[in-house]
Amino acid sequence: MSITLKDVEHVANLARLALTDAEKAQFTDQLNAILKYAEKLNELDTDNVEPTTHVLPITNVLRDDECRESLPIEKVLLNAPDEEDGQIKVPAVLE
Amino acid sequence: MSVGSKYETVVGLEVHVELHTKSKIFCGCSTAFGAPPNTHTCPVCLGHPGVLPVLNRQAVEFAMKAAMALNCKIADVSKFDRKNYFYPDSPKAYQISQYDQPIGENGWIDIEVNGETKRIGITRLHLEEDAGKLTHVDGGYASLVDFNRVGTPLVEIVSEPDIRTPEEAKAYLEKLKAIMLYCEVSDVKMEEGSLRCDANISLRPWGQEKFGTRAELKNMNSFRSVQRGLEYEQMRQADILDAGGEVVQETRRYDDTVGKSFSMRGKEEAHDYRYFPDPDLVRLHISEEWKERVRASIPELPDARKARYTSEYGLPAYDAEVITSSKKLADFFEDSLNYTKDAKAVANWIMGDLLGYLNTNGLELSDVKITGQGLGEMIGLLENGTISGKIAKTVFKAMLESGKLPQQIVEEQGLVQISDEGALLAVVDSIIEKNPQSVEDFRAGKEKAIGFLVGQIMKETKGKANPALVNKLLLERLK
Repeated sequence: MSITLKDVEHVANLARLALTDAEKAQFTDQLNAILKYAEKLNELDTDNVEPTTHVLPITNVLRDDECRESLPIEKVLLNAPDEEDGQIKVPAVLE
Repeated sequence: MSVGSKYETVVGLEVHVELHTKSKIFCGCSTAFGAPPNTHTCPVCLGHPGVLPVLNRQAVEFAMKAAMALNCKIADVSKFDRKNYFYPDSPKAYQISQYDQPIGENGWIDIEVNGETKRIGITRLHLEEDAGKLTHVDGGYASLVDFNRVGTPLVEIVSEPDIRTPEEAKAYLEKLKAIMLYCEVSDVKMEEGSLRCDANISLRPWGQEKFGTRAELKNMNSFRSVQRGLEYEQMRQADILDAGGEVVQETRRYDDTVGKSFSMRGKEEAHDYRYFPDPDLVRLHISEEWKERVRASIPELPDARKARYTSEYGLPAYDAEVITSSKKLADFFEDSLNYTKDAKAVANWIMGDLLGYLNTNGLELSDVKITGQGLGEMIGLLENGTISGKIAKTVFKAMLESGKLPQQIVEEQGLVQISDEGALLAVVDSIIEKNPQSVEDFRAGKEKAIGFLVGQIMKETKGKANPALVNKLLLERLK
């Protein structure tokens, strides 16, 4: 499997990254090199191995359904670029 | 020409139900509805760097319970995945959801449409977190973001494409709602957004096996609007097909105020969600013992209860359907039967006076004060002749408002029925004397005239006369 320039453009767009043509070419090469390196794993027989979704040998970390205090509204809005009536104000994104 | 004559409609529904846990799915913020904007938020649900989500056990158990009630197979191992997208309602730029190992799969529910039972398959039920709420301002150039709802636990319930008509879609939603209410995993208030529905709909010529191209319909915010949205959409697609055109696979927003759907362009690429396992959350192992413990908490569900009401109490199927559509109503019905044996009478009062009052005033059962004991005992007073049907209506209304028991209301308001022959006879005689014309009419064969006389007697006794006795005495006197 190899990455094309088009794949890089697609992923960059999904991640909202503006890349120059030179960067696109560079990342295409680099991503291909990374994939090629990872391909080494294909040499292993993993037929009877469960896919790893987590590296820690623990399961079922759960909490009881209890409320804790939320942040004061002043702190919530501290990082907001703009605010109005206790709400974060952002440019409209219309679907 | 109707759509149904040329094309078969195929619908699958995706329903989101908010679970009514006290706290959010991955943090301790409250899920209470209606708080001032952004006051139920914290670094976890705001997606600040370096925080760790911790799964709410109650949310998992509610999801398991809901999945079991929908006859799903519960996973032995489940996990959470990140669904990546940029939109201001999602502070992390991903939603924690479940991709390939949902809590439950392969279930079904039975619905009833036009007296016929039909089984609708449930593809899957998974757990995920809700997004925030956007309000568009400044003429649509800016949005205000309220993150209170972010992290409210949701289950997404995906049906198989087994639904064939808008009516079936509505019946499916109603059944789903009833089951969620019975399980007490959600309060299912559509007006508060705790049940939301998207629909996939396509048309195909009758007899064709392959599905047609589907459109996804969003933004339907009541059961009626789902039905109307689907009706509109099947007409729209039929018109396209009739004209030899092709339906475009797209997402469409339904606007109930104009009764039309509109294309939402530019979403195609955004649908590349790049799911991957969330490294912040460890796997969930669901043991048989855990499953059994949750299963034991599921109450008798509407279908079972409905069947019992027809077999055990002899209720007509329609009555049983209406009463079991709400758990609170069914509980009230059964509570009443601790105080009277006449199930049909209880059903009649519930479906007539009680539901009539609730619907007229836009109330829920929990908003009125009447008790099952009150209704049961009132039916007893009717049976033994203490009160008449007319008085019962007065008593019933008083019970709705005060919650007092009928005996007390009857005594306080002096509503006891007059069944004493001597006392009634005096009234009968005086009315006969005052209305010679009516008496003459009746004797001349105008049987309707007796109605007027009965009415006068009831008026004279302020509705308290025993109607059967009044009739009997009047007829005896007029002969």
